[in-house]
Amino acid sequence: MGKKHSSDGAGHAEHPKWMQHHFDTPSQQFASSKMGMWLFLATEVLLFAGLFCAYAVYRANHMEMFVFGHQFLDVKWGAINTCVLLFSSLTAAWSVRAAQVGQKTLMIVLLFLTMCCGGGFMAIKYVEYSHKIHDGLLWGTQYKPTGHAAEVIHGEEAHAAGDLGGAHGRVDAGHTEAEQVAAIEAAHGAKAAGDAKAAGDAHTAGDAHAAGDGNATTAAPPAEAGAMHATELPADVLAIDAAERSATQPAAIGPRGLVPVAETDAAHAEAGGHHWEGPIPDNVHIFFGIYFGMTGLHGIHVLIGMIILGWLIYRALKNDFSPEYFTPVDLGVLYWHLVDLIWIFLFPLLYLIG
Amino acid sequence: MSHGHDSEQVGHIVPLWLLFGVFFALIILTALTVWTATHLHLGAFNIWLALIIASMKATLVALFFMHLIWDKPYNGIVLVGAFMFVILFLGISLMDTAENMPDMYEGPAPAVATE
Amino acid sequence: MNVTDTSITPADLGGYASREAESENFLSYPKGILSWLVTLDHKRIGILYLICILTAFFIGGMFALLIRTELLTPGPTIVDADTYNQLFTLHGAIMIFLFIIPGIPAALGNFALPLMLGAKDVAFPRLNLTSWYLWLIGAAFTVFSLVNGGADTGWTFYTPYSTQTDGAIISITMGVFILGFSSILTGLNFLVTIHRLRPPGMTWFKMPLFLWAIYGTAIMQVLATPVIGITMLLLIVERTLGFGIFDPALGGDPVLFQHFFWFYSHPAVYIMILPALGIMSEIFSVFSRKHIFGYKFIAFSSIVLAILSFLVWGHHMFPSGQSQLANFVFSALTFTVSIPTAIKMFNWLATMYKGEIVLKTPMLYALSFMFLFGIGGLTGLFLGALAVDIHLHDTYFVVAHFHYVMFGGTVIAFLAGLHYWWPKVFGRMYNETLGRIGAAIIFVGFNMTFLSQFVMGSQGMPRRYYNYLDEYTIYHHISTGGSYLMAVGFFLIAGYLLHSLLKGKRAPANPWGGNTLEWHVPSPPPYYNFKEAPRVGDPYDFSEIHWDERIEGYVFRKAEGSA
Ligand code: HEM
Ligand SMILES: [Cu+2]
Repeated sequence: MGKKHSSDGAGHAEHPKWMQHHFDTPSQQFASSKMGMWLFLATEVLLFAGLFCAYAVYRANHMEMFVFGHQFLDVKWGAINTCVLLFSSLTAAWSVRAAQVGQKTLMIVLLFLTMCCGGGFMAIKYVEYSHKIHDGLLWGTQYKPTGHAAEVIHGEEAHAAGDLGGAHGRVDAGHTEAEQVAAIEAAHGAKAAGDAKAAGDAHTAGDAHAAGDGNATTAAPPAEAGAMHATELPADVLAIDAAERSATQPAAIGPRGLVPVAETDAAHAEAGGHHWEGPIPDNVHIFFGIYFGMTGLHGIHVLIGMIILGWLIYRALKNDFSPEYFTPVDLGVLYWHLVDLIWIFLFPLLYLIG
Repeated sequence: MSHGHDSEQVGHIVPLWLLFGVFFALIILTALTVWTATHLHLGAFNIWLALIIASMKATLVALFFMHLIWDKPYNGIVLVGAFMFVILFLGISLMDTAENMPDMYEGPAPAVATE
Repeated sequence: MNVTDTSITPADLGGYASREAESENFLSYPKGILSWLVTLDHKRIGILYLICILTAFFIGGMFALLIRTELLTPGPTIVDADTYNQLFTLHGAIMIFLFIIPGIPAALGNFALPLMLGAKDVAFPRLNLTSWYLWLIGAAFTVFSLVNGGADTGWTFYTPYSTQTDGAIISITMGVFILGFSSILTGLNFLVTIHRLRPPGMTWFKMPLFLWAIYGTAIMQVLATPVIGITMLLLIVERTLGFGIFDPALGGDPVLFQHFFWFYSHPAVYIMILPALGIMSEIFSVFSRKHIFGYKFIAFSSIVLAILSFLVWGHHMFPSGQSQLANFVFSALTFTVSIPTAIKMFNWLATMYKGEIVLKTPMLYALSFMFLFGIGGLTGLFLGALAVDIHLHDTYFVVAHFHYVMFGGTVIAFLAGLHYWWPKVFGRMYNETLGRIGAAIIFVGFNMTFLSQFVMGSQGMPRRYYNYLDEYTIYHHISTGGSYLMAVGFFLIAGYLLHSLLKGKRAPANPWGGNTLEWHVPSPPPYYNFKEAPRVGDPYDFSEIHWDERIEGYVFRKAEGSA
C-alpha cells in the first residue's frame, strides 16, 4: 500500500518526512486530517449558531427593528463584498487543484490572490464600519446616532439631546403621559394605513406590541417601572384570567420585552435613501448589536483565514508541498470556504431585509 | 470515491470548467437574491426566498469547492449534522419566544408587592 | 500453548521480556521533565491531565468544605455573605469546567482510548498536547478570578446579574471559553481516532463499550461546546461594551441567555456522565467474570443519549418565563432520556446476574455507582415533571439531584476507573484493603451529605442561600458532617495511592482479568503501545483468561485441548 509513495517520494527515506509514525498509509493520514478539519468546521458553524439564534429571535419578535435598521446598511457594499468572497473561494479551490497537479507557482499566486481578496473584504468592511462609527450607529449603550443618522432618527430637536441609546436616557422626562398616548395613537394610525414599510409585513403586524403600540412590552428598569405604571395593568391584560397569563408572579423586572421609549413620534424620514414613514421603532440598537456581532465575528474569521493563507504561502515557498502531500493547503482552503459559506448567509440576512 | 484512481490517490482533482461554472452560478444567484429582495415584495416570504437562495449557494460551495461530493460521506454528514443542530437550537428558541408573546404584560411589569 | 514451568518467560505472562525491555515503558522513556512537557504520547498526556484535574478537584473540594462549614449554623459562621457567594461560584465553576468535564475523557480516556482501540496513538497527538496547555491557560484565567475580585454569579452566569455585578466575571468567562476549546480539541481528536485508527479486525461492534461512550461524549463535545463559547463571548461584550442583547434594561432578553447557556450545559451534564457509564460497562463485565449483557443495546444507548441530550435543555428553565408550550415539550422530552439510561442500568444488572462477582475496589465503586446514580436519575424525573419542579426548582432538592448524578455518578465512576486502570498506568498495585475502606467511607459520607439535602430541599430550603431558618439546622448538621467524612475518605485514598507509587507491589499485566486490549500489553505499557497490530477478539470473552498464582494476575491461555 504505502510503497508507491515511498518510492516516488523523496526517494531516500522509508517514508517521507510528512508521514507521521502512528498512521499506516498516506491516505489514512489524509483522511484523518480531513475529517478532523470537518469536525472543526462543524464547531465553527455552531459557534455562529448563537448569533444566528439571537438574530432569529429578535427578528421574529421585533421585525420593525430590522426593517428600520437595515436601511443604514448599504446593499451595494454588501453585494460587492459577497462577490469578493465568492471570487476568493474560486481562487482558493483552484489553488488546491494547482497543488494536486503540481503547479507550484500557480498555487502560490492563487493563494496570494485569495489572501488579497480577504484584504479587500476587510477594507470594505472598514469603510462600512467607520461610517457606522461616525454616525454613532452602534450596539447597546454605544448607540448614539449623530450627524445625518441622528437627524433621521431623532428629528431636529432630539439632535441636541444626543443620547437615544443609553439605558438611562430612555424615558425622557419631557414626554408626558399625554404625549405618549398621542404617539401611540399616531402609531396606530400608521398601522391602520397599512404602511408597507412599518407594519405591513406579516411579522410586524402580528407583533402588535412593538410596532403598533410603540409602548411595547414589559421589561423596564425597576425605577422606571415604578415611576410609570406602578401596578396598573392594561385592561385587556387584566381581563385574562390570572392563571392563564403566567404561572409565576411577575417580577419587578418583567420577564422580557422592550423598554418603552419615548421616541415614538411618528416620523417622516429619509434614511439611507429610503423613505421611512411611521414611528421610529424602539431599541434599534439591538439590530446594530447583532449586525456588529455577526459581521465582527465573521471579520475575525476572515483575518484568521488570511493568516492561515499567509502561512500556507510561506510553506509553499519552502517547497513543503507536492502532489503527494498538500494536506495543509486542502485544510486551510476548507476553512476559507467556511468563512465564505457563513457570509453567504449573513449577506441576505443583514442587508436584504424587507 | 467513484473516480477512477486507486485508493492511494488523495483528494479529487476538480476540472477547471467546473470550478468556473460553480463560480458563475454563485454570482448569478447573488444577483438573483439582491433582485428578489429589492424588487419582489412577498412579505414574510422574502426571507424564506433569500434563505433558499443562500442555501443553494452554500450547497454549491460545499459540494464542489469543498469537495464534499467526492469525499467520504462522513464529512458531509458532519456538515449537515451541524446545520441540523443549528436548526434545532434556533427552532426551539424561536418557538419559545413566539409562544411567549401572548403571555406578556403590556407595559412594564408591575412591581411585586413587598411587605 | 502448553505452559510448563521451565519454558515460562515473563513475556508469556504478559510482562516485559527483560529488564532492558522494561525501560521502554512509557513512564521512563524518554526521561526528563522536559520530555514530559513536550510529550506527544497520549498516555503521558493522560497523566498530565490526571495531575491537573486532581489538583482542580482538590481546590474545588476545599471550597466545598468551606461552604459546608459556613452552613453549619444559620447566619454567619466563618465567612460573610459576599464571600459565600464567591465560594459556591468558584466551587461550581472549578468542579464543572476544570474537573468533571475533562475528568474522564481527557485523563482516563486519553490514556485508555488508543490502547483499547489497538492504535499507536490518537489521531492528532499535537492537538492533544495543545488541548492540555489550553486547559492550563483556561484554569489560570478561572483561578485568577479568585484574586481579581471573585465571581459571585454561580456557575450559570445568569444575566442580568452577571452583567451588573462587580465580580471578576470577565476572567472567569474567558477561562470557560478557553476550557471549551480544550474540550473541543479532545472530542475532535477522539472522534477521528475512533474512525480512522482502528486496526484490522477492530470493527465497530468489537469495540469496548467505553469507546462507544467516549464516542458519544465526543459528539456532544464537538457540537455543544461552541455554543458556550459564543455565550461567554457575548457575555464578555455585554459587560465590556454594553452590547445589550441579554440586558432587559436595553430591550434585551435574559431568558435568551438561559437558552444559550443550557443548550450547552445540558449536553455538558451528559459529557460528564456518558464516559462514566462507559467505565461502568467495562467494570461490571470484568468483575462479574461474565460477558456483558446486551452489548449492542448499551452501545447504541450511548449514541441515543448523546443526541437526546440536545433536546431537553429547557427543563432547567421551567419557571424562568419560558413559554408554557416549551415547558410542556421539554418536560415530555426529559422523560424520554430515562429510557436509554435505564437500558444501561438493566443490562448491567443482567450482566451481574449469575456472574462470579469479585468485590474488588473498582467493583465496590461500581456498585455504589449503581445505587447513587439510580437515585440521581430518578429524582431527575421528579424535576422533569412540570408541576413538581415549580416547587423544587432552585431548592436543595436540585442540589442533591445533581450531586447524586455528578458526584454519585461521575466522580464515583471516575474513582472506579482510576482504581481499575491504576495498575496499568503506573505498574503498581495499591493496598486493596484500604481501597475497600476508602470506597465504604465515601459511600457513607456521600449519602450523609446529600440525602439530607433532598429532605431539606423538598421542605423548601432554597439553594445558594447564606442563611436559613432554624428548622433546617439538623439537616445542615448531617450534611456538613457527611462532607467531613468524605474529606477523610479522600485523604485516605490519596494516601494509599501515593504510597503505592513508591512502595506498591509490581502490577501484573492483567490484574483483574480484563480482555480489552490494554490488558494485553505489559504494565505500564511500552511507549509504542503495540509492536504489531494486535489481534482483536471479543472484548468481553473471559473464557481464555485464567488466574495465575505465580504473578498474582491473570494470563491468557487457550482452554485445555483447544490449541
Ligand atoms: C434521567 C436523567 C436526568 C433527568 C431526568 C434530569 C432532570 C433534571 C432537571 C429537570 C433539572 C432542573 C431542576 C431545576 O433546576 O429545577 C436538573 C438539574 C440538574 N441536573 Fe439533571 N437530570 C438527569 C440526569 C442528570 C445527569 C446525568 C447529570 C450530570 C451528570 C445532571 C446534572 C444536573 C445539574 C448539574 C443540574 C442543575 C443545574 C443548575 O441549575 O445548576 N442531571 N436535572
Ligand atoms: Cu438538564
